[in-house]
Amino acid sequence: MDPIVANLDFLIGGYATTLKLSAGAMALALAIGVLVASVRVWGGRIGSAAGGAYVEFFRNTPLLVQLFFYAVLFAPANLGLSRDPVVVALVGLSVYTGAYVTEVIRSGILSVDQRQSEAARSLGLSQVQTLRRVVLPQAFRTVIPPLGNLSIALVKNTAVASAIGALELLQAGSIVSSRTFRLEPLAGVVVAYLSITIPLAILTGHLERRLRFAR
Amino acid sequence: MLGNPEDKAAAAAAAARPAGARPASPPAAGAMIDVRDVSKSFGSLRVLKNVSMQVDRGQVVVVIGPSGSGKSTLLRCVNRLETVDSGEVVVDGRSLSDPKLNVNAVRREIGVVFQSFNLFPHLTVLSNLTLAPMNVLKLDRAAAEERARRLLEKVGIPDKADALPTQLSGGQQQRVAIARALCMEPRIMLFDEPTSALDPEMIKEVLDVMRDLAREGMTMMVVSHEMGFAREVADRVIFMDQGEIVETGTPEHFFSEPEHERTKRFLGTILRH
Repeated sequence: MDPIVANLDFLIGGYATTLKLSAGAMALALAIGVLVASVRVWGGRIGSAAGGAYVEFFRNTPLLVQLFFYAVLFAPANLGLSRDPVVVALVGLSVYTGAYVTEVIRSGILSVDQRQSEAARSLGLSQVQTLRRVVLPQAFRTVIPPLGNLSIALVKNTAVASAIGALELLQAGSIVSSRTFRLEPLAGVVVAYLSITIPLAILTGHLERRLRFAR
Repeated sequence: MLGNPEDKAAAAAAAARPAGARPASPPAAGAMIDVRDVSKSFGSLRVLKNVSMQVDRGQVVVVIGPSGSGKSTLLRCVNRLETVDSGEVVVDGRSLSDPKLNVNAVRREIGVVFQSFNLFPHLTVLSNLTLAPMNVLKLDRAAAEERARRLLEKVGIPDKADALPTQLSGGQQQRVAIARALCMEPRIMLFDEPTSALDPEMIKEVLDVMRDLAREGMTMMVVSHEMGFAREVADRVIFMDQGEIVETGTPEHFFSEPEHERTKRFLGTILRH
């Protein structure tokens, strides 16, 4: 345990970055997913096609390739947006995960009975009010289990950010491990990932039970 | 106030314009719902063929007919859940074909009750009722809840405000649906087979609420086969078959002397069972 204890602050820093990256990317991916799914369902032919293109492009190319691409694109020599690999990873993970979230939310929207919208519109609610108050709340409840899956996958995918130099959990662990030639730091990394993903699984199950409603 | 027999007969005559005839003149001043020569197809299936009918202010019109006759589609055209292919639907003086029409503004004056209730399953009964008043009419929560509780009282289930829809019986759900529509204080109520999904013992509790509404002077268009209800409160009954209005008259007319063979056959089946 010595190498872990000796480098605890460094490792905790990486752990904190992974947490922030996961939470931030999930929040952004949800926002993207709700928006693009809505456009895909209600945006007419053009909206549907544009949303579909986004989904197919980003979920059919490797995450690592996408991150490399952004790292170069955002570099000072090009767009000059940011040289911070954590920011680049945040954008990349959000856009990548957003494609999956879009499809999950879209399936949730389609699972809501059309008659729910008719009832809401008949009461005088606008299209947007119907979406926000009637359709999306029901869609979300239906897709909590797959969203839970995606959030767990996202936490694990943050490890890919180490490849573009983000100092997150895996990066911190492997640095300590290679400096000390010891296995424990990497074992600690595994446990640390589990400490995020297992509570997420429990939270998902809890939300699923609490928000369940009979149709 | 259901009008004397002469009025009813005149109204019946007005509504019984032969199918296919062009509307010759503007509608009677009192018409809340004025369907003028409406046709509608789903693909190659013609569901409404040159249908014309009116519902005057305070009147109750019951539409009957076999399934697939177009009666539900006709009802749905009245709040533009379906658009018409030709002809025009005018509600309270506003044409639903007008491209500048604010359809949400028209719909908030038309309450709709569906066969399958369509309550919002993720909201409590009270929230089902307050959703539209708060979001559309911009009532504050206290005012909306007060109105909602008053209407739950009216439909006989004041104690179910905090229940979820699925915890209620079918009859209770349908009464909640009626109260939800009434929460917008509509000028017209449309009922699309409101008792068809209910067990026999629950039909009465729903019809009682509808009967009260009719007595209070609500303008109502009801797609239903409840001939007892029609006999009691309807000013007029319209029989539809294959997308056309076959026959229009008072409930008594339908019970005693229906003219058309199709009407007789249909009434024979629903009254005998």
